[in-house]
Amino acid sequence: MINSQAFLTGLKSLKGARSPALPLAACFVALGALFKDAGFNIQQSAASSLFTYALPGQLVMAESLLLGASVINIFLAVWLVNFRLYPMTVSLFPLLEHKSQPKWKYYLSCHFLAVSSWLIAKESYKKINAKYRIDFWMGIGTGTWLTAILMTVIGYLVADLLNKEMLIGLAIVNPIYFFCMMIGAMKNLAVSISVILGTILGPVIYIFSSEWSLLFAGLIAGSVAFLFGEKNGQ
Amino acid sequence: MDSSQIIILAIIATSIATYISRFMGALTSEKVSVKSKIFKWFNCVAYSTLAALLGRMIIFPAGVLADSELIMRLIVFFTCISIFILSKKNLVIPTIASAFLLSFLTNI
Repeated sequence: MINSQAFLTGLKSLKGARSPALPLAACFVALGALFKDAGFNIQQSAASSLFTYALPGQLVMAESLLLGASVINIFLAVWLVNFRLYPMTVSLFPLLEHKSQPKWKYYLSCHFLAVSSWLIAKESYKKINAKYRIDFWMGIGTGTWLTAILMTVIGYLVADLLNKEMLIGLAIVNPIYFFCMMIGAMKNLAVSISVILGTILGPVIYIFSSEWSLLFAGLIAGSVAFLFGEKNGQ
Repeated sequence: MDSSQIIILAIIATSIATYISRFMGALTSEKVSVKSKIFKWFNCVAYSTLAALLGRMIIFPAGVLADSELIMRLIVFFTCISIFILSKKNLVIPTIASAFLLSFLTNI
């Protein structure tokens, strides 16, 4: 049903110098500590990473709860911040598509979609036989997902041992690692413009609209980059 | 409603709000061919949305990062990106350096 060799190859992407395990560990430990601070118990903290598994959305949830926001407001705020997962899925799953594979694999494994797993899969899917790419993806996703859950629990447990400076240090690892990965992915004009323009527009639009900034920045920067790429024959 | 119930509701709402985007993405993917222009467009939008999020995390962070100073985060950002490029794209050194550098700069 699942090709174990492809699955294990995916799982093994957690090892080695390009592994996302370290940055994932750093940011989910920081998240676990934040959850403790926000009044979550350990089961709730683990459940959040198990069922949501998307750090920016979980941060929005924890902060909104601290501010006393309603559940409807939390839903909308999280939907807007995690909407990036939609274009990310559409730019990855067609590469993993194979007629012989059942649809449930795609519907279930889309839960594993996060920045770390997405960047690794985009970087390495070509090495895998097209038929088993979805199994490879499920291996990557299982590894990154379980790391995130485990580290949330560890972060919760060690929260009292971490001072503020240490937590700040842990929290910066995530954006730095992913920026490096994205710079590594800038191999053609369209992607390079997408990354540079997106980085600039994200914070700039945030000044005018905190909620809609990601959506607008992504659409504007992405469309401009696409048109440039098309015009220059890439 | 006590605070524990509110937290559980918030976790459920957050999980549904997140899964919707992933599931819609999986459904849309069935109709998108790898060679089509729309696929290329989605690829650009995905990279730029991600870049926007990361840019925002550095300039206007949420969570504990908000307690550090912007200038310190920018110093760490530019230093670590330079290390990454100069070290021929080694990921481990800039990643570990970022944690120590920002902790140190926040502490002084």
